[in-house]
Amino acid sequence: MLRMEGVSKNYNHRSAAVTALSDANVAVDRGDYVSVVGPSGCGKSTLLLMLGGMLSPTRGRVLFDDESLYDLSPDQRAAIRKKHIGFVFQTFNLVPYLTAMENVQIPLLLAGVDEQTQTQRAEELLARVGLGDRLDHKPSELSVGQQQRVALARVLANDPAIILADEPTGNLDPDTGTQVLSFLDELNAEGRTVVMVTHDPQAAARAKRTLHLVDGAIVSGE
Amino acid sequence: MKLKTLVWREIFERRNQLATSFLAIFLGITAIVAIKNITFYSEKAVARELDALGANILVLPKAASVQDYYSADMQTDELPEEYVTRLSMSDIEGLDNLSPKLSTRVETEGRSLTLTGILPKSEFQSKSAWAGAGIFTRPAEGCGEVADVPGVFKPTVKETLVRKRVIEDLAPDEALIGADVAALRGLKEGDSLALLGHTFKVTAVLPQTGTVDDSRVFAHLHTVQSLLDKGSVINAIEVVGCCQEISAGLVEKINKLLPDAKVVTVTQVVDTQVRTNGMMARLSTIFLAIIALVGGASIANYMYANVFERRREIGTLMALGAGSTMILKMFLLKGLLLGLAGGVGGYVLGTLLAVTFGPRLAGITVMPMPILIVWAIGISVGIALLASCLPARNAARLDPCATFQEI
Repeated sequence: MLRMEGVSKNYNHRSAAVTALSDANVAVDRGDYVSVVGPSGCGKSTLLLMLGGMLSPTRGRVLFDDESLYDLSPDQRAAIRKKHIGFVFQTFNLVPYLTAMENVQIPLLLAGVDEQTQTQRAEELLARVGLGDRLDHKPSELSVGQQQRVALARVLANDPAIILADEPTGNLDPDTGTQVLSFLDELNAEGRTVVMVTHDPQAAARAKRTLHLVDGAIVSGE
Repeated sequence: MKLKTLVWREIFERRNQLATSFLAIFLGITAIVAIKNITFYSEKAVARELDALGANILVLPKAASVQDYYSADMQTDELPEEYVTRLSMSDIEGLDNLSPKLSTRVETEGRSLTLTGILPKSEFQSKSAWAGAGIFTRPAEGCGEVADVPGVFKPTVKETLVRKRVIEDLAPDEALIGADVAALRGLKEGDSLALLGHTFKVTAVLPQTGTVDDSRVFAHLHTVQSLLDKGSVINAIEVVGCCQEISAGLVEKINKLLPDAKVVTVTQVVDTQVRTNGMMARLSTIFLAIIALVGGASIANYMYANVFERRREIGTLMALGAGSTMILKMFLLKGLLLGLAGGVGGYVLGTLLAVTFGPRLAGITVMPMPILIVWAIGISVGIALLASCLPARNAARLDPCATFQEI
């Protein structure tokens, strides 16, 4: 479903070349559950953003269903994300001036879904993550755990086949973190592909397999 | 949820930051609406004043002097009456009124008065209409008769005659008499007056003007011609010409049409209006330029800051699948709403200011002009959209990854 072929990413930082990812080869099949671990700055988030069509590689190809993502225009990649890929961020990235309900409605708005269906679907999803009574709360009126659950509900709005999670429990207390991980397990059990970047070995252990990155190179789990 | 909901919510969330840009465009539009509104009514008032002054072009015999004509309203040289028909049936634009006249001194009961023959407008109007051509069959766009304007004084029939020497209808045995003639002879409307062996019925006593008109008797031109046994001749044609057309060479056109006549214009009066109109137009242009610069710069500055502040949100929307068009629309819609609010608000306040302060500043009555709301919204939205274009394009081209890494 998702494949990286000889992918490298180099940055220039203050005139010095930095290699974020080096000759990475990864294959993620449909229904897979992959965790990506490694020390800070080893290129985990870079790998995740590249898989999501958000960051073009310096070399190599990233394929989604055998289609080279970075041979497409940015708008075509956005269309693929809208339909097939859901992002979960460490900092939740909720829109601060919208309510929980409206935040969940964003992907539906982008997909051109009518308002009535948007409302109905957002209510269902928020009820599923246990926030059926917080529909009209803004992010600032919710706890961090609740904010991450709103973000998870938002990810599911367009029913994506792939979920890319960047340290989803990084900002959460252990109990809330466990709830979020259980939720990701549940989503994988439903048949969705999950790729999760994490520092937490216990979280990584819940995945079916783990990729280890060190200094931009995948050292095990390919 | 619709895109406009998202834009609306963001505007209210950060309304304090938006206030300065809104004020810049709002006050700018207020100023331009107020100036336009006052200018419109000021121009109409000036036009009405000019109209009240009477003719601004004179067609005289070649040998006649303008000074003599104005001081005594008489000269011995004559023009053929056919000149009136030529003028009225010509295709010259900007002729609002024609008033041919023939005057003579009449001694009666030991006193001197002026008998002036005038041609009622209905007579040459019907001639040109019958011919299907000429000045009175053309639509008056911009020029032409001064339109009735609410709040601006409209003269009565008698006043029109005194000022413009134009009357719609006048029967062969009817006469209108000046205030002094009426007082000295003890005449009033409905009385009879005998002059040169002809008895006229007094149909109106004209108001006091302090000019030679007070000792004048107006009668039908053809009756006066017949009494003087002079045939179809006149002393002068007084013309009310449209000021813009006078500046555009109306006098030269009449000269070309009537080469044997002397055509002169009351240039000072015309120049006054042209100068006033020009000044108002320049003032409006200056304000428009200031609004475009100050309002546009303020909006552009705000939009750039807004894009910078929202780059994480933009990156998130892109990660969720928003394309560049969607991001572009989001910021342009915000510019549109800002422009709409500035335009409507500026129209309302500008109109209020014009109606309130117009009478004090320009000494004229000013009424609201609904058409200005179209101008106000057009200018305001245009400036807001232009100022938002580059920031919106920058937003649409943001690198979503960079937005996550920076913050």
